Amino acid sequence: MSVLVSDKSNVIVQGFTGSEGTFHASQMIEYGTNVVGGVTPGKGGSTHLNLPVFNTVKEAVEKVKADVSVIFVPPAFAADAIMEAADAGIKVAIAITEGIPTADMVKVKNFITGKDIRLVGPNCPGVISPGLAKVGIMPGFIHSKGKIGVVSRSGTLTYEAVDQLTKEGLGQSTCIGIGGDPIIGTTTKEAVKLLMDDPDTDGIIMIGEIGGGMETEAARWIKENGTKPVVGFIAGQTAPKGRRMGHAGAIIGGTDDTAAAKMKVMKECGIHVVESPATLGVTMKNALS
Amino acid sequence: MNIHEYQGQEILKKYGVRVSEGIVADNPDAAVDAAKRLTQQTGTDIWVVKAQIHAGGRGKGGGVKVAKSLDEVKELAKQIIGMQLVTHQTGPEGKLVNKVLIAQNVFYPGDSEPEEYYMSVLLNRDTGRNIIMYSTEGGMDIEKVAEETPHLIYKEEIDPATGVLPFQARRIAFNLGLSGKAFKEMSKFVPGLYNAYVGSDASLMEINPVLKTSDDLIMAIDAKIDIDDNALYRHSDIAEMRDLSEEDPSEIEASKHNLNFVKLDGNVGCMVNGAGLAMATMDIIKLSGGDPANFLDVGGGANAQTVEAGLKIILSDPNVNAILINIFGGIVRCDRVANGVVEAYKKIGEINVPIIVRLQGTNAEGGKKIIDESGLKVFSAITLKEASDLVQELVG
Repeated sequence: MSVLVSDKSNVIVQGFTGSEGTFHASQMIEYGTNVVGGVTPGKGGSTHLNLPVFNTVKEAVEKVKADVSVIFVPPAFAADAIMEAADAGIKVAIAITEGIPTADMVKVKNFITGKDIRLVGPNCPGVISPGLAKVGIMPGFIHSKGKIGVVSRSGTLTYEAVDQLTKEGLGQSTCIGIGGDPIIGTTTKEAVKLLMDDPDTDGIIMIGEIGGGMETEAARWIKENGTKPVVGFIAGQTAPKGRRMGHAGAIIGGTDDTAAAKMKVMKECGIHVVESPATLGVTMKNALS
Repeated sequence: MNIHEYQGQEILKKYGVRVSEGIVADNPDAAVDAAKRLTQQTGTDIWVVKAQIHAGGRGKGGGVKVAKSLDEVKELAKQIIGMQLVTHQTGPEGKLVNKVLIAQNVFYPGDSEPEEYYMSVLLNRDTGRNIIMYSTEGGMDIEKVAEETPHLIYKEEIDPATGVLPFQARRIAFNLGLSGKAFKEMSKFVPGLYNAYVGSDASLMEINPVLKTSDDLIMAIDAKIDIDDNALYRHSDIAEMRDLSEEDPSEIEASKHNLNFVKLDGNVGCMVNGAGLAMATMDIIKLSGGDPANFLDVGGGANAQTVEAGLKIILSDPNVNAILINIFGGIVRCDRVANGVVEAYKKIGEINVPIIVRLQGTNAEGGKKIIDESGLKVFSAITLKEASDLVQELVG
C-alpha cells in the first residue's frame, strides 16, 4: 500500500502542453504512472503524448475519471488552476509551481477549506509511491519500493535522503514533498499522520527547515500519537535571522522557528534527530533494528 | 523586497491612510528646500530629519533628529546624509545614508495628549490568513513588548473573503482605549491599512508608531513595508522602488544571473542545486569545522554559464579559502555538470582555493571521472560524508 498516489490513481496534468508539463508528463508515463490526460484551456479536443487534452478539469473528471492532478501552470495562473481542480472534484492536487504570490495562496487556502480535496505543495517536487506512481518531478530511478515514508519541505534534499535509504537497502512506501512556501496545502503533521496510519510504512523520515511552526506541531503530534520510529533533520542551522534562504517560507522570524529550537522540541518528543544530513539513512536503519 | 519609509508612505496615502507629511531629499540644500515647501503645505515650523535606510532602530542610532530652524535642517541633513548609520539591525559596519525624509512635526500641543500605538499586518502561517497585530505600547521594540507584557498585544484575524469587517475595526479602536473623533478616525485607519497591505501584495506592513495627535487625528508616522517578491510582476510601480544601494553588490550580481544568493561572513563558499540542500550544505560546512561564506542555490539549470557566474561571485569574497559544489543530479546529469565545472574553471583561469565537487545522482560516476581526470585543483566526492570529510581535511 501507499498514501496519496498509487497505480490506481487516474492522473491528469494541468499545464499539460507547456514545456514543463510535457517533459515531466513523459517522465511520469515512462515511470509507469497511470496518466489519463491533461488540461490546457483552449486546446481541448486535441491529443498530446497520445492522451486526450481537455479545456477544463471538470471535463477530465467526467470523461477519464481523473482523481489526481499535478499542476505545472505558471505562477500567475497557478492559484486559479488549484481552485479549478478543487471545484471539479479532484481528490489530490499536487502543485509543483514555484513562485505563486502569497496573497493568491491565502485565497486558495480559504477556497479549498471544507472541500473534499487534499492539496500538496505548491513549490514542491511532488509525491512518489515507488513502483506504483510518480506524480512530480523527482528522478524515479533513485527510489526503490519499500516501507519507509519520507516527508520533506525541500526537493533535492529529499532526493539525498531517498538515495541514502536506497543504498542502505531501505525502500520507500511514499515520499511526500510538501513544499517550501509559507502557505502549503498539506502540513508536516498531516503528511506524517498519513504515513503513521499507513500499515505498509514502518518508519518515517521528516525533513524540515527554518521558518514557521510546522515541524514543532508535527513533533508534538508524534509524541502523543506516534507508533513508528521517526528520523528528523532541520536544514538551516547556520542560516542568519531575517534572510530568506531560497524558499519563500525559509526565513527565521523569531526564536521558535530556528533550526536549533525545532530540533530541541523534536528530540524532546522522541524523534531521532540528526545533525548532519549525511547520516539520515544510517540513522533510520539503526532506529529500525 | 524592502522599501524605504518615504516610499511606504506613498503607498499608504494611495489607500487613504493618513501619514505624517514629508518630502525626501538627497543633499542639505534640497533638505532646506523640502522643509520650506513642507511649511507651506502643513504650516509646520519644526521639522524631523529622518535617515532613509532599510533597517529599524534609526532613532537610537542617531538617524532621526528634530530641527527647530532651517539652519538646523541644513546642519542635520549634512550630518546624516553620508553617515554610516549603525542600528541593531544593520550589523557593526552600519549602512550608508543616501537620503533623508524631512517630515512635519506632529507632536504639536492641543486639547489632548498625543498617544502612540503599534500596528502591523502580516501573515499567520499557521492558519494561512492575515492578521492585524496591535498594541497600546507604541514606539517601542515590539519583540520586547511580546516578551515582557504579552497581554498588551492583540490580534485580529481577517477573513480573506470579506476583508476587515466594521466590527473588527471598532474592536481594535475600543481595545486601544479610543473614543469620540479619534475612535472614528481609527475605524477608518484600520481598513485603510489592511487594504494597502492586500493591494500592494505586502508580506509585512508595520507602523510603529501609529500616532493619535493632540487634535485626535490618527496617522502613521513610520512605515516598514516588505513586498512579496513573487507578486512584483503585477506592481511595476512598486518594483521601481527597489534601491540597489541597499543591497550587497554580490547579491545584485547574482540576481542578474538568476542565482539565489545570500552573502554570509564565513570562509567556505558553496554552490548547490535546491534551497533545502543548500541550507543543509551550509550546515555540513559548519559541522566539518568551516563557516559558510554564502548561500547559493543554482536551481534546476546547473550548466557551465551558471557555474562560472556562481564561482566568480564566490571568489570575489577574499575570506573564502575553499569552495564546496554540491549537486544532486536528478533531471540534471552529473557528467554535464562536471563538464560545466571544468569549462568554467578553465575560463576563469587562476583559482587559488581548493574546490570540492560532490556530484550524486544521474551519471555520478561519469561526473567524478571527468573531475578526477581534469588535472585541475579540484577534489571529487560522491557521498555527502566524503564531501564533509574533504571540507574537514582542507579547512577544519
